Amino acid sequence: MKDFLSLLKLLKPYRLGIVIALLFSFLTVVSNVGLMAVSAVLISWAALHPPILDLMTTIVAVRFFGISRAVFRYLERYFSHDVTFKILKTLRIDFYSKLEPLAPACLKAYRSGDLLARLVGEVEALKDFYLRVLAPPLTAFLVLIGVFIFLSDFDLKFALVFLVFYFLTGIIIPLTLKRLSRGLKEEMLEVKADLNARLVDSIQGMTEITVYGQAENQLRLVAGLGGKLARLQGKMAGFSGLTQAGSQIAMNLAGWCVLVLAIPMVASGRLEGIFLAMLPLCVGTSFEAVASLPLVFSYWEESRTAWKRLREVTEAPNYLFSQAHEPQSQARTLTQHLSLTQTLGQSQPQTQTPVPVQIPTPNSSTAKIPTLTPEPNPNPNKTGTQEKVISVPELTGQYSLEIKDLWFRYSPEEPWIFRGVSFNILQGEKVALTGPSGAGKSTLVNLLLRFYEYEIGTIKLGGKELKSYRPEDIRQVFGVVSQTTHLFNTTIRENLLLAKPSATEQEMWEAAKKAKIHDFIQSLPQGYDTYIGEGGYKLSGGQRQRVAIARALLKNAPILVLDEATANLDALAEREVLESLLELFQARTVLVIAHRRAPVKKMDKVIDLPSVQYE
Amino acid sequence: MLDKRLLQEARRTRCFLWLTIILGLFSACFIVLQAGLLARIINRVFLEGQGLAEVKIMLGLLLAVFLGRAVVTWLSEVFSHKTAAGIKEDLRQRLLSHLFTLGPNKIKDESTGELVNSLVEGVETLEAYFARYLPQLALAALVPLFILGFVFPLDLLSGGIMLLTAPLIPLFMILIGKWADSLSRKQWQSLSRMSAHFLDVLQGITTLKLFGRSRAQLEVIARVSDRFRETTLGVLRVAFLSALALELLSTLSTALVAVGLGLRLVYGRILFEEAIFILLLAPEFYLPLRLLGTQFHAGMAGVSAAERIYAILESDNKQETNREQEINEEEKINKVKRTKKETKIEQDTDKIQATDNKQDTNKEKHYIKRELSQEQFKELKVMENGLSGLRLKCAENSFLLMENVYYAYDRRQGEVLKGVSFKFSVGERVALVGESGAGKSTVAGLLMGFIKPDLGKIVCSSQGALLCLDSPHPNNEGQGEQWSSGSVLTKWRENIALVPQHAHLFSGTVADNILLGRTDASREEVVAAAKLAGAHDFISRLAQGYDTPVGEGGTNLSGGQVQRLALARAFLKEAPFLILDEATSGLEEAGEARIQEALEYLRPARGVLIIAHRLALAAQADRILVLSEGRIVEEGKHEELLQRRGVYYRLVKAYGGAA
Ligand SMILES: Nc1ncnc2c1ncn2[C@@H]1O[C@H](COP(=O)(O)OP(=O)(O)OP(=O)(O)O)[C@@H](O)[C@H]1O
Ligand SMILES: Nc1ncnc2c1ncn2[C@@H]1O[C@H](COP(=O)(O)OP(=O)(O)OP(=O)(O)O)[C@@H](O)[C@H]1O
Ligand SMILES: [Mg+2]
Ligand SMILES: [Mg+2]
Repeated sequence: MKDFLSLLKLLKPYRLGIVIALLFSFLTVVSNVGLMAVSAVLISWAALHPPILDLMTTIVAVRFFGISRAVFRYLERYFSHDVTFKILKTLRIDFYSKLEPLAPACLKAYRSGDLLARLVGEVEALKDFYLRVLAPPLTAFLVLIGVFIFLSDFDLKFALVFLVFYFLTGIIIPLTLKRLSRGLKEEMLEVKADLNARLVDSIQGMTEITVYGQAENQLRLVAGLGGKLARLQGKMAGFSGLTQAGSQIAMNLAGWCVLVLAIPMVASGRLEGIFLAMLPLCVGTSFEAVASLPLVFSYWEESRTAWKRLREVTEAPNYLFSQAHEPQSQARTLTQHLSLTQTLGQSQPQTQTPVPVQIPTPNSSTAKIPTLTPEPNPNPNKTGTQEKVISVPELTGQYSLEIKDLWFRYSPEEPWIFRGVSFNILQGEKVALTGPSGAGKSTLVNLLLRFYEYEIGTIKLGGKELKSYRPEDIRQVFGVVSQTTHLFNTTIRENLLLAKPSATEQEMWEAAKKAKIHDFIQSLPQGYDTYIGEGGYKLSGGQRQRVAIARALLKNAPILVLDEATANLDALAEREVLESLLELFQARTVLVIAHRRAPVKKMDKVIDLPSVQYE
Repeated sequence: MLDKRLLQEARRTRCFLWLTIILGLFSACFIVLQAGLLARIINRVFLEGQGLAEVKIMLGLLLAVFLGRAVVTWLSEVFSHKTAAGIKEDLRQRLLSHLFTLGPNKIKDESTGELVNSLVEGVETLEAYFARYLPQLALAALVPLFILGFVFPLDLLSGGIMLLTAPLIPLFMILIGKWADSLSRKQWQSLSRMSAHFLDVLQGITTLKLFGRSRAQLEVIARVSDRFRETTLGVLRVAFLSALALELLSTLSTALVAVGLGLRLVYGRILFEEAIFILLLAPEFYLPLRLLGTQFHAGMAGVSAAERIYAILESDNKQETNREQEINEEEKINKVKRTKKETKIEQDTDKIQATDNKQDTNKEKHYIKRELSQEQFKELKVMENGLSGLRLKCAENSFLLMENVYYAYDRRQGEVLKGVSFKFSVGERVALVGESGAGKSTVAGLLMGFIKPDLGKIVCSSQGALLCLDSPHPNNEGQGEQWSSGSVLTKWRENIALVPQHAHLFSGTVADNILLGRTDASREEVVAAAKLAGAHDFISRLAQGYDTPVGEGGTNLSGGQVQRLALARAFLKEAPFLILDEATSGLEEAGEARIQEALEYLRPARGVLIIAHRLALAAQADRILVLSEGRIVEEGKHEELLQRRGVYYRLVKAYGGAA
């Protein structure tokens, strides 16, 4: 019920369209009933050989209904589909806008194929919410009222018989089907999402699959899922066939009963004979309105599941964000045990309520979204309700980093990655961050960017606690090439301009030159407009990294962070890139994470992560 | 609207299709019966003044007809689903297995989101095509004829109206269908594009956030959704229009028939019972045609999806054949000369190498052990003890040979490889170095058979079997099995393990991911492989050890940890050859030394090709190949190449003389 209401809320902005569509769908059914009923009257009447002129009105009515039905149907379909697609767009935007703040911390549990299924498939499934869940009962109800009044005009008995069978098809049969197929739709959606995820995995892992001869295996797995889907669909088809048959019988029976009731009345003269043919026809045709009702519940289940799966992602509780106080207290005892009380006294986040990271999204006001206009400002959120509490300091000028007694782990079940890390990076320093793999170098970058929230200790940027800034503002300060940087399946130009959409050609070239990739790009037949394929696949490993570096340079941020960004470059190129970087960033901070010696040697200062931990 | 290829598919389940159609005809029989009974009852009561008692039997018969119709309805739903189910599953399997045969390089030209969309949604849309559209098509032709057979003898005029209007309906549909066809294809494309875009965005969402661009995606999503809405509505508008035409035709003709019947009744030219019978049949006459109209959109969507599906199924290396011919002609003369010369050189170097190897092995070991600290040495001992689990198949005399290989991804960009020849054997450790973009990964791709050489050949000899991958040159026939046959590739790949530059971890547990190397390996072997790759330590520190789930692409592991798993996986595979493409770029020096050790341990059973920018690894190889400008320009040992002061020397100097 809650789901239903929340979905209804989504439809609110489109109520006008919905009312119009409903009206037309009612008129469509009425036209059909009218056509058959009036035709039957016409023929019955004609059998009594009246003067032609008497028949004229019925003839006109027949012709009118003959035309109006088609026109109404067209209009009904047009309006209802228009509304539907508008709803879909709202849903997609809504989902993404709630998803975006969660990345990457809360999304790693989901496979991207699964998310894709949600963003495309599930939203697509919600298409049926209006068309197949909401509209049919409403139309059926309107038709019920109309036909009931019409029939009771002849005799209440007809109307009652009609009512009984109408309810049977409209409510009893659907409920039976619902009982029969409980959970089927939900299972189907899940299997489909599984299939999606499995396929994304096998396509993106194609290299490994072919190398290790796993094609057969993957095929089998996919066949298993496909078979499961087919089985579920088969079951569904069986049930829907049964209910179709059931409603057909009910419809025919309704006409039959009316006929049986009418026959004695005609015989005894209580009912004019010309209506004998009309009554069963009228009842029969009006069942058109309930024909789609048996499937309402199954579509509802599908919509609800889809809706649930959409919200599952966006409303999942997360350890790092919502339960931050609990591990803190745990951590305190631990640190106290280590007698580090002195530092703890200074770290104020202990007492402060956890800062909500969720950016206030315009989710509550979905109505506004469709009119979303391009926002030149990348931080469109003025002060949301949650953030009013904290005054947001301006980030200006000073970008020293101070990390003090930092403790962090990804979840309470996992071991600590940082156990009291402390070090400073002054503005303008060139620092190499080293440590064996798994030491937490990339994790530190994640923390600096506030993709994850740390529990204890402080990170100060420009003298102020990192948590007091807005995450978007912090990300403005860093130009980052992360270890898993993603290149988008588009042109080189668009990938670069991601960093600065307003950049001129000159700026872009400059950045590419600094990253030593300009010459290569120019040598391509289409230059900067070359499509680089998914994940930049059409470039070699080193070229990809240099494009990513160029992108970070184009951003021109005060602090540059390179996480293994030159690992796939040859030594010559690496040296050149680093030299031009250092020249460019003379006054700015550069943090390089590397395993190779060459980049490390070039830096002023080396911070070896394991050795700056307390212990 | 009848796609030949789809009809071909339908053959597979034709018995169900026929059943569905036959059931439809049965249903038509019942409809006629019902109308006849109803007309007779009404006639008797209305005009002949009979009561309930007199028409009792007919009313009972009517009930029986209802039941019959219901059963038919139910069965035809079941059978029509069965028609579709078999085809869909088969098609999906064929698609995926075709993608597997195309291999990673070809497939990456497509976008994953789009492919997945075709594989899931595309195949699903065929359900409507096979289960509804196709049987309806047959019924739309048969049922009206059947009904006409009853109408004509009774009333020529009504029959005439029906006969005249009926063909208009398919005509309309064909006309509109032509128009809608392109629209519907566009719609399918835009759905696919939307999927592709969304997947890309979802996978890159962190990067977008880094650049403060993730909120801007809202706008893009709005735009993409809008475009999708517009194209879909465009298609629907046409579909609705066709429905409008159909509906109009059918209701209008029903009205015409009714009015005509009424008028003739007035003049007593027709019997009432016949008139009402025809009136009852008129909507049923048009019903199958109208239903066809409503299935029309589904049918078109199916055809559009099918087009994409068949495009994937039929995609192969067609384009390239032309290219090959071009090259062949250009290079024909050159080639003959060159190959002769080079095979000779090959043989010569082989001999030298063979003797060299033996001496080097000892030296090499010595060298490394000297480098190891006391502690590491102990660790190594432990490691070696723990390795008893790993099976090592000796594959002496196996070699991998590349001969005069040319390759271009795109002719306009020029050739990446211009005549690369080299050979390496089991027991050897060869390093391939070169600038970024020199074509090292391309060599790896060729050796794996992901891409085929434009020219030249690649030979693998393993355990006496000689396999050959070569460009489909007419003269090369008979030299082993041909490239195109999938079995050669499968056999070929059994011989080589590759750790690609960007290893992919599958969603599953750590153990699952290592097991990919050899699915029947025992847990001991998995652990042994992990130890060999230096992954055991961190795995055992994970909350659930080897059963810890790794996210898609290994999101909860560090870069180096992912690489170690990929290495463990490759070590587990019992292939005589191992190619490491930048497989240690994310490891610290100690970790890399450990891999060196592992390779040393595997030496008797493996020939290893190391592609590396970290020259420390290359320096310890038995032989270094330097790739530059599409050719192997230098070849030899570390010291030799340093003395030569060529490309390698420059690279080493840039590297800081570390090696
Ligand atoms: N998203 C995550 N969830 C849970 N654990 C994680 C996650 N990311 C990393 N880890 C774990 O945290 C530890 C530190 O990882 P991190 O990526 O920071 O290492 P790193 O120093 O960058 O190593 P490398 O040099 O290999 O890139 C690793 O043990 C890893 O398994
Ligand atoms: N799928 C592709 N389509 C088109 N061009 C490609 C494709 N893959 C690679 N190239 C191009 O071929 C050349 C060689 O690429 P390759 O990946 O073999 O280089 P590499 O030696 O492995 O370099 P790196 O050390 O940077 O990984 C590069 O210029 C690259 O841009
Ligand atoms: Mg890292
Ligand atoms: Mg490469």
